[in-house]
Amino acid sequence: MNFVAIKMLMGDRAKYLGIVTGLTFASLLITQQAAIFVGVMQRTYGLITDIGQPDIWVMDPRVQYVDDPKPVNTTELYRVRGIPGVEWAVPMFRNMIRARLRTGAFQQCLVVGIDDATLVGGPAQMTEGRLADLRRNEGVIINVAGATTRLATPGPDGKSVPLRVGDSLEINDHRAIVVGLCETTRTFQSQPVVYTTFSRAMSFAPFERKLMNYVLVKAQPGVDQLELCRRIREHTDLSAYTRDEFKWISMVYYLKYTGIPLNFGIAVVLGFIVGAAIAGQTFHNFTQDNLRYFGALKAMGATTGMLLRMILLQSLTVGAIGYGLGVGAASVIGALAKDTELSFFMPWQLLLISAGTVLLICMFAATISMVKVIRLEPAIVFKS
Amino acid sequence: MGNNGNIAIRCQGVTKTYGSGDAAVRALRGIDLEVQAGELMMLVGPSGCGKTTLISVIAGILDHDGGDCHVFDNDFTAMGARERVQYRGKNIGFVFQAFNLLPPLTAAENVAVPLLVNGVKRRAALDRARECLDRVGLKGREHSLPAQLSGGQQQRVAIARALVHEPKLIVCDEPTSALDHSTGHKVMELLRDVAVGRDRALVIVTHDARIFEFADRIAKMDDGHIEKVVDSHAEL
Repeated sequence: MNFVAIKMLMGDRAKYLGIVTGLTFASLLITQQAAIFVGVMQRTYGLITDIGQPDIWVMDPRVQYVDDPKPVNTTELYRVRGIPGVEWAVPMFRNMIRARLRTGAFQQCLVVGIDDATLVGGPAQMTEGRLADLRRNEGVIINVAGATTRLATPGPDGKSVPLRVGDSLEINDHRAIVVGLCETTRTFQSQPVVYTTFSRAMSFAPFERKLMNYVLVKAQPGVDQLELCRRIREHTDLSAYTRDEFKWISMVYYLKYTGIPLNFGIAVVLGFIVGAAIAGQTFHNFTQDNLRYFGALKAMGATTGMLLRMILLQSLTVGAIGYGLGVGAASVIGALAKDTELSFFMPWQLLLISAGTVLLICMFAATISMVKVIRLEPAIVFKS
Repeated sequence: MGNNGNIAIRCQGVTKTYGSGDAAVRALRGIDLEVQAGELMMLVGPSGCGKTTLISVIAGILDHDGGDCHVFDNDFTAMGARERVQYRGKNIGFVFQAFNLLPPLTAAENVAVPLLVNGVKRRAALDRARECLDRVGLKGREHSLPAQLSGGQQQRVAIARALVHEPKLIVCDEPTSALDHSTGHKVMELLRDVAVGRDRALVIVTHDARIFEFADRIAKMDDGHIEKVVDSHAEL
């Protein structure tokens, strides 16, 4: 009876398209909004992801997320290095400092100072220049997104001219020369990212007694990272987290203390409700219109279970088509938004969740129809 | 075609009431009726006299409240729900007033539905459906959709659908009321020719006096009773 179910479904072209449209819309809205949400959340810990080498981040215990650096005494670096299980430990400076462009305009930049000797913590993907060029006098590396947008200046023809290698800018009244460009994950506030050495970053920064923000630690091979974190906490007055822990803590901060999840959550829930309403209502109407045929099938010996399987198949068919179209459309939006400010990340887990949600809508729509068919008396077929 | 002496349907004191209390409607008030195998029995009477209720009880798609109703010695009330549905699927064919052909299915697919319901494979079901369409004079229209067929042709498809699984009993509800006189006549001729068989009974509910001549016997109903059963419409 499967082919009968599918033919019944697709035979009523208007309703079929209505249900598929409802589910496509729901799937698109849920997937696209959730993907933007995931993308935004990914930006909250972009710096941690971009620095691949360290296993553990050590910081002041009051730090709530990665963009909330607190000063740590540089002597702590040496204490960390002395803890058993630590392969190496390097300092990191990370703070917002005002840069002055050649037009005289000011722009807040995220300055990241990395270990002078090892350059651990530097950008993983250079698009121009080399990381080692940071050792050149006054050298800084800028992220491409920053160089082409906020640090770009108007040219003689009025067009925007990006910051290039060899250009200079002033960071807190200190001259800096661009020696390279790199790709980074966009920061949450999308400020330009300026990489330089730790010592130069300290000279850029306004004078403070403590200027180090993080100690980046590599665990010795075979050492349990959680255990090493515990040891670091024990031997210092600092917090120590693995990369994944710190990513999670940073993300949870934004989840807890900003309206982002609520805003996106509302959009996702709205997508669910609208999709469920359109698909549920249209599917119900479709079943209602076919009730006398279901009645005839019942009279002719179709069991209720057989009819319920037909409805389930119809519902799953429109669900699969709607889901595919919705996710496909969301993917196209994601591809078009690849090089824009829009954050968009669609991991496979999101596709599963989206599929589950569409399935839920289909089950809801099917259940309404199933109730009708279960209650259906075959004797209605003799009512003209 | 006459009967062969076997009783196909035996109803004794069958009652059916819809609703309860002041709103109760007594649709059947003690029906006594016998239909022989090989017989074409018509149920006639004014609207609301209980014809459709009786045919629904006989076909096992409606429960009666009292009395006994046996179809080929089977009592639906003694069967479980699943058993009853299976029995209906294998042994009863239906012809409806509004045809009830599934619009998106072709004529052959519509005819194949009772076989599919009974678990016959699609290919075999469609082969048998095509043979059956041939029997009702619709060879060459197997791929037509109901909307592409005339009313008479649609009713022929419905008859083929009622016959395809070789049921013991065929119940027809006003099979000619949606058709003009000539087409209705042809449909009844077809029913007599192909549906009535030695071991099969045909029960037709109708208002249409123009087709009474096709009946072996006619049961006249009024107000939930069988008023009389006659052999010829002239006796009505």
